[in-house]
Amino acid sequence: MDNSVYPQNSLVSVRNLTFSRGDKKIFDDISLDFERGKITAIMGPSGTGKTTLLKLIGGQLFPEQGAITVDGENVHQLPRSQLYNLRKRIGMLFQSGALLTDMSVYDNVAFPLREHTHLSESMIHTLVLMRLQSVGLRGARHLMPSQLSGGMARRVALARAIVLDPMMILYDEPFTGQDPISMGVLVHLIKALNNTLKLTSIIVSHDVHETSAIADYIYVISDGKVVGQGSPKEIQNSASPWIQQFMTGAADGPVHFHYPAKAYIDDLLPSGKRY
Amino acid sequence: MQHTSTQDTLVGLFVAAGVASLFFLSLQVSNLSSFYDKETYTITARFENSGGLKVKSPVSAAGVKIGQVSAIDFDPKSYQSVVTMKIQAPYNTLPDDTTASIFTAGLLGEQYVNLEPGGSETFLHDNSKIDITQSAIILEKAIGQFLFKAAEEKK
Amino acid sequence: MIQFLQGLGKSTRTSFTKLGRATFFLLRTLSGLFSVLPRPRLLLNQLYFVGVLSFLIITISGLFVGMVLGLQGYYILSDFGAEASLGLMVASSLVRELGPVVSALLFAGRAGSALTAEIGLMKATEQLSGIEMMAVDPIKRIISPRFLAGLLSMPLLAALFSAVGIIGGQLVGSGLLGVDEGAYWSQMQAKLDFQDDIINGIIKSIVFGFVATWIALFEGYDAMPTSEGVSRATTRTVVNSAFSILGLDFILTALMFGDD
Repeated sequence: MDNSVYPQNSLVSVRNLTFSRGDKKIFDDISLDFERGKITAIMGPSGTGKTTLLKLIGGQLFPEQGAITVDGENVHQLPRSQLYNLRKRIGMLFQSGALLTDMSVYDNVAFPLREHTHLSESMIHTLVLMRLQSVGLRGARHLMPSQLSGGMARRVALARAIVLDPMMILYDEPFTGQDPISMGVLVHLIKALNNTLKLTSIIVSHDVHETSAIADYIYVISDGKVVGQGSPKEIQNSASPWIQQFMTGAADGPVHFHYPAKAYIDDLLPSGKRY
Repeated sequence: MQHTSTQDTLVGLFVAAGVASLFFLSLQVSNLSSFYDKETYTITARFENSGGLKVKSPVSAAGVKIGQVSAIDFDPKSYQSVVTMKIQAPYNTLPDDTTASIFTAGLLGEQYVNLEPGGSETFLHDNSKIDITQSAIILEKAIGQFLFKAAEEKK
Repeated sequence: MIQFLQGLGKSTRTSFTKLGRATFFLLRTLSGLFSVLPRPRLLLNQLYFVGVLSFLIITISGLFVGMVLGLQGYYILSDFGAEASLGLMVASSLVRELGPVVSALLFAGRAGSALTAEIGLMKATEQLSGIEMMAVDPIKRIISPRFLAGLLSMPLLAALFSAVGIIGGQLVGSGLLGVDEGAYWSQMQAKLDFQDDIINGIIKSIVFGFVATWIALFEGYDAMPTSEGVSRATTRTVVNSAFSILGLDFILTALMFGDD
């Protein structure tokens, strides 16, 4: 399988990455590329370490083997200050939103500006309102995070992630646990922001339908290996029965409904007492 | 950043109360105020036995505290106890024939140096020596003497 | 038997590993203190949460402890006809021991557990990760200001506890039981030394504040990022702080008041 599909135009490239937690290999020598200006999705069943991959890209975790380069820089060999400079150009949307609970919506969005810039309060005011406007929550700026619904919290977090004009946004399970309306809003926002702000987006998700709707390229990961890659259409028409099962959500297939066990009849009847 | 002026006021009150308590402890509760910033002069006295006297024990005259013990040393030649005292500078009219005695405040109280002024016209000054001294009363000795006397009288 | 030894060895190793992590955490926190100084607002907020919110429990407890000391002390001292020394007894037990120790224990229970829960929840809800991904060091931004606030609050709270306690003892002693007010204060002033008693008491409270805040912040930072992990960490904070405070109190007392 050719792993370097976009070698010259990739913003993030993962090369021969191996990472394990305890005895379990989460990633086993995988290579991925994320093209500039595109939305690339990583899909796979729960527990395949999709969030771990984002943390590896952000430099919060270190790989055992292999390298990850972001915009030409090897993330895990950067000194701390340069890593922090790189992170300023990466926005990350956490599954829970990760808003700071002791600050209002406004202060949360203003947080990166106040930490990293010396802008005047009036400039910050303008920038924050612009970002909140783009996620449709300008009116909610005085609310505290505890007063927001899950979908609203994610939109605020999205406004915060784009406030420093990043080159790339990492989305960790953006659609999980959302009602159909906020799901639709988020799908629309991710697509719109990617196009208007000229971002590169990496989405980690197991929501097949929504992700296929906006992704330009999809990697399917299972058991630490890339089991399929291509455009959403190619993935949907994949010949692999495993990918077919994953995309359609069939209850039985290559991934069995039953956890491995000895034969049903042996379990029910004590051995040696078969009549 | 979330902040209100009430919060600031409360923090201000808290810090003020804490600092006030520190001042209270230093000035009202401890002896810092009594000797702080006051000039003293030093006199010494030799006792046969200074008993339970300690550094910082009070030195008083007519029941008023006028100074404190600053050092107690053993003189290996005369086998006496040399007590150095710091007397507050305003009390500089103690006659040079003043008697120094070691008394006990109450039956179980602490020991202190009592100065009994004499009638001389010349006064004690810095590094003077007090010649007339009366040692500490050692309770065990006193009881022993009393018992001995009582036994004598019975005979 | 071998299994028991293996278990013992393993748990010893984990506790050393944890101590190592805690030390490394402390060093990072201390180096982060320099970035707190240019931003007094961060410190002020934490002084509110750590100090002001402990104010009430400390003053009320101090008052009652002082009143009980006044009452108990009076009964004991009056047997020897030494009621006049009540002030001395109340003040020296408060300034030397009860002020620093009891206020530190209350501080660990009130502010320490709250800090652990707060940091632990920030970890569980990915706020710490989020801050880190926004290129802000969570140690500098979140931990260090709280540490400094704990360090500054503790001596103030202990002084408050002692001062209120001494007044409480006086209220009971001379207000209720008829000890001479002048004797209450003068005996205290004659015998308590600024250097030996007050300063040593303050040093104790600074040490306790340092250790209690360190434990609270580390347990929160090191907590398993689940609700169960946070609640366990909160319990550990109170237990470990209490052990450390009482153990250190013995050592400090032996060092400070030993040769007298």
